[in-house]
Amino acid sequence: MSGPSFQRGYDALMEQIDAPTAAFFSSCVHCGMCAEACLFFTETGDPKYTPIHKLEPLRKVWKQEYTFWGKLAKSLGISKPLTDQDLTDWETLVYDSCTMCGRCSMVCPVGNDLAYMIRKLREGMAVSGHAPPGLVGATRRAINIGSPMGVKLPALQAQIRSVEADTGLKVPVDVENADYMLLLSSMEIMNFPEFIGAVAKIFDKTGVSWTISSEAFEATNSGIQIGVSDIAAELVQRIVDAAEKLKVKNVISPECGHAYMAIRWEGPNLVGKPFSFKVIHILELLDELRSQGRLKLKDKVDSRLTYHDPCQIGRRGGVMEQPRHLLSELARDFVEMPEAGQMNWCCGAGGGVSSNERADDLRLTAFQRKKSQLDQIKVDGLVSACSNCRIHIEDGLEHYHMDLPVLSLTETLAEHLAD
Amino acid sequence: MTDVEFLLWVRGPAFDIATIILCAGIVVRLLEIFLMGRKPDFAEPRGSAMAGGMRTVFHRTLPDPGTLKRSSFTIITGWVFHIGLFVIIFLFVPHILVFERALGVGWPGLPSNIVDAVTVVTIIALLAVLIHRLRDPVLRLLSEFNDYLVWAVTTLPVITGWLAFHRVGAAPPALIGIHILSVELLMVLFPFTKLSHAFTLWIARWYNGAIAGYKGIKS
Amino acid sequence: MKKDQTLGEALRSRGISRRSFLKFCATTASMMALPPSMIPVIAETLEKMRRPSVIWLSFQECTGCTESITRSNSATIEDLIFNVISLDYHHTLQAASGEAAEAARKAAMEENWGKYLVVVDGSIPTGNPGFSTIAGISNVDMLAETVKGAAAIVAVGTCASFGGIPKADPNPTGAVSVSDLVTDKPIINVPGCPPIPVVITGVLVQFLTFGLPELDSLSRPKAFYGQSIHDRCYRRPFYDKGLFAESFDDEGAKKGWCLYKLGCKGPTTYNACATAKWNDGTSFPIEAGHPCLGCSEPDFWDGGGFYKSISTPTGDIGRNAVYAAGAGLLAGAAIGGVLHARKQAAVRKHQRATIDDLGEES
Repeated sequence: MSGPSFQRGYDALMEQIDAPTAAFFSSCVHCGMCAEACLFFTETGDPKYTPIHKLEPLRKVWKQEYTFWGKLAKSLGISKPLTDQDLTDWETLVYDSCTMCGRCSMVCPVGNDLAYMIRKLREGMAVSGHAPPGLVGATRRAINIGSPMGVKLPALQAQIRSVEADTGLKVPVDVENADYMLLLSSMEIMNFPEFIGAVAKIFDKTGVSWTISSEAFEATNSGIQIGVSDIAAELVQRIVDAAEKLKVKNVISPECGHAYMAIRWEGPNLVGKPFSFKVIHILELLDELRSQGRLKLKDKVDSRLTYHDPCQIGRRGGVMEQPRHLLSELARDFVEMPEAGQMNWCCGAGGGVSSNERADDLRLTAFQRKKSQLDQIKVDGLVSACSNCRIHIEDGLEHYHMDLPVLSLTETLAEHLAD
Repeated sequence: MTDVEFLLWVRGPAFDIATIILCAGIVVRLLEIFLMGRKPDFAEPRGSAMAGGMRTVFHRTLPDPGTLKRSSFTIITGWVFHIGLFVIIFLFVPHILVFERALGVGWPGLPSNIVDAVTVVTIIALLAVLIHRLRDPVLRLLSEFNDYLVWAVTTLPVITGWLAFHRVGAAPPALIGIHILSVELLMVLFPFTKLSHAFTLWIARWYNGAIAGYKGIKS
Repeated sequence: MKKDQTLGEALRSRGISRRSFLKFCATTASMMALPPSMIPVIAETLEKMRRPSVIWLSFQECTGCTESITRSNSATIEDLIFNVISLDYHHTLQAASGEAAEAARKAAMEENWGKYLVVVDGSIPTGNPGFSTIAGISNVDMLAETVKGAAAIVAVGTCASFGGIPKADPNPTGAVSVSDLVTDKPIINVPGCPPIPVVITGVLVQFLTFGLPELDSLSRPKAFYGQSIHDRCYRRPFYDKGLFAESFDDEGAKKGWCLYKLGCKGPTTYNACATAKWNDGTSFPIEAGHPCLGCSEPDFWDGGGFYKSISTPTGDIGRNAVYAAGAGLLAGAAIGGVLHARKQAAVRKHQRATIDDLGEES
């Protein structure tokens, strides 16, 4: 059977439900605290954005397939089974109003990991034809072209040439036996190519042996965002093949949130076995270099800075201390936002939301949460480590007439690198 | 049926049935969860899933400061009635005697007049929780028949127990009998409603903490 | 003593001083929690009344109720009442026997038709009338016959009031209470195993002075059975503070702590033991260190055990829980196995998803 269908979606959900899912649904007491942890609810006041409510289709399948009484009720016709209409009705809840930021998972008193379950629900939504058109398009481009934004190798090569001209350094491509293979997100390639220059500068100064693969340079994984593991696996496999072909020891995940989640934590499980190389986030590598004394800065940033933890890198990825170590070297005046760190509020654009034009208004409304975090501290610059966050935050600041530079941590470090 | 015959029935066969349904039901529920299984994780761990799981099991009891401010009503009334129920069930001597009968060992209780005061506070908290559920937009969207049923079978033993202690409303054997019957109702519904969270939340928290701990995050 | 003497005349002829008589009336008044102003009322009423005829029927009993009254230490008080009523029929105390006794009973009924008091102690067997007979007459028949012209019936002792010990499981004689058989006459239950002597006499005086007393839902006079032992127990402060004797003769027991954990039925037992006490106010079971048995309540013998507290379940909870958990393991393994298989089937059924399986693009 090819093509999307309700049955495929239903079967996918049946595959996805596991012991944690069963434990989570068994424990939910309808306390509503997850709503107050979700920026889509807090900024709209609309109860339908309550995280556990977003999961209703998955809960229905669990109940009617994987519990004794639920299955009995279904076979006796007492309970209402899941329908295609349910999935249609839930599309905007599962995609437009959720970035899988995981803040709800931190707050639930009975310990439910709701973001974990949203990821599973998307598997059923996507193959039943209920993913947002914008995201479907991005995913098709990722598979067919190699990048969700349609960035092809020539475009990358053009950016590389430009960077080499600016920095006077060579950007190594397809170098075998390099220690590190760098991935790049399309966002960085197209909108923030300075990142490539920054990395080149730093690696040159610190003596890091690295390369980019011309066959697999895309870090973003649309499969994770739309929620189709087979597609996500195909995208990861390209990276695995390239890394093994170049015999690199490590793969670097760049300043992109979901890319890190895709390659570091989901990657080996998608392809079904451990990697033969390590995966490291650019911030982890930079912090390693700092602690080894190899990363030296010539001066500090004087203006008041704060840091926005990208959800998939910080709370869901585990890289939270490293940017702070780096910022302690880099910033003279660093201040944390209220609720920074693992309780940080999402910028509102991750998890495919920014690829979903239909969700633009909602995304900008939700941005008010981030804005109010910033309003509580008076800073001159916001540092982050995800280009998707960066572009969306810039978008949001402009929308709300706030004048605040948004900086990349890697780029800023490179700017202040000692000669 | 006289009051005493009723009391003897609730203390006898009815309690046996309720115990059996409660214990068997909980075990079935737990196995329904565990036997769903979980795929192994091939990613290289940064931290310990076991340590993370154990941590979250306990630590999730305390909210972070921001959440405490945002959800203060839910958290505070939740704490009050849970602690109240704990004190009433486990620190009131006539109840400790039931556990002693089941486990063979008892423990010291609180003075009964203190438990009495705690009971009144607990009833107030339970009423507040109900009113909140009826009025708050999020809770109105989420709540279904089961939520109200569970509220009723939880509150009924507290109220009937208070009445039995104060010997108000009917003859003492009848009051005690009604109270024990209301507890038996709670027991038989335990495995089949969200009340099971008392047993399953430790598992949910463990999985949450394990998933996070594997990645080096303290959830 | 002549039958048509007033009670006052009878007392004087026996040499009972007015002072003793008034003391008796005062005691009775305080027993009924009446104000001192009622004492002259009691005195006057008793003094003027004709000695009422009392027919005492003893059925399936141990005679303990009679023993309780007649062996009382305050002999003059209780003795008094037996001298002021005309006890026309009583197996243990009467002089007559056989045909003469039965004739006396019939005569008393005829002469005082509509006014005599019937006192019953002991339960009535209904399983086989032959289990308890008097002069060849079954208890059932004698009761039915005797109450026909009675003004009221006083069921003395728990056996007559509720069936008592003979009624305890398996009730081999089919024992029932007076109330189970007599439905058309006022009945006052004075339960206890046995009842407190002054309670018996107090009830009689109350009836003679004021008529039918206020009764509770079990037809017991509220004046004597209106409060529970628990409400009047001198050890109540220990209950409230949570200080309990854990076993007989332990430290707590020696200190006089509450006996709830040892099975005291005080909370559900209504009687005057905690206030009037026994042996002329000497003591009562709790004060002597033994938990109350609840002997003035129905089914006290079958109440789940004298040494188990009133609110504890009677079954073997621990064993039930373990067996249930075992059953749960079996059922859960079966159900869980089915769920696991269902999930594995879904996994095996997996069709690789491609970009052709997604929905519409923008």
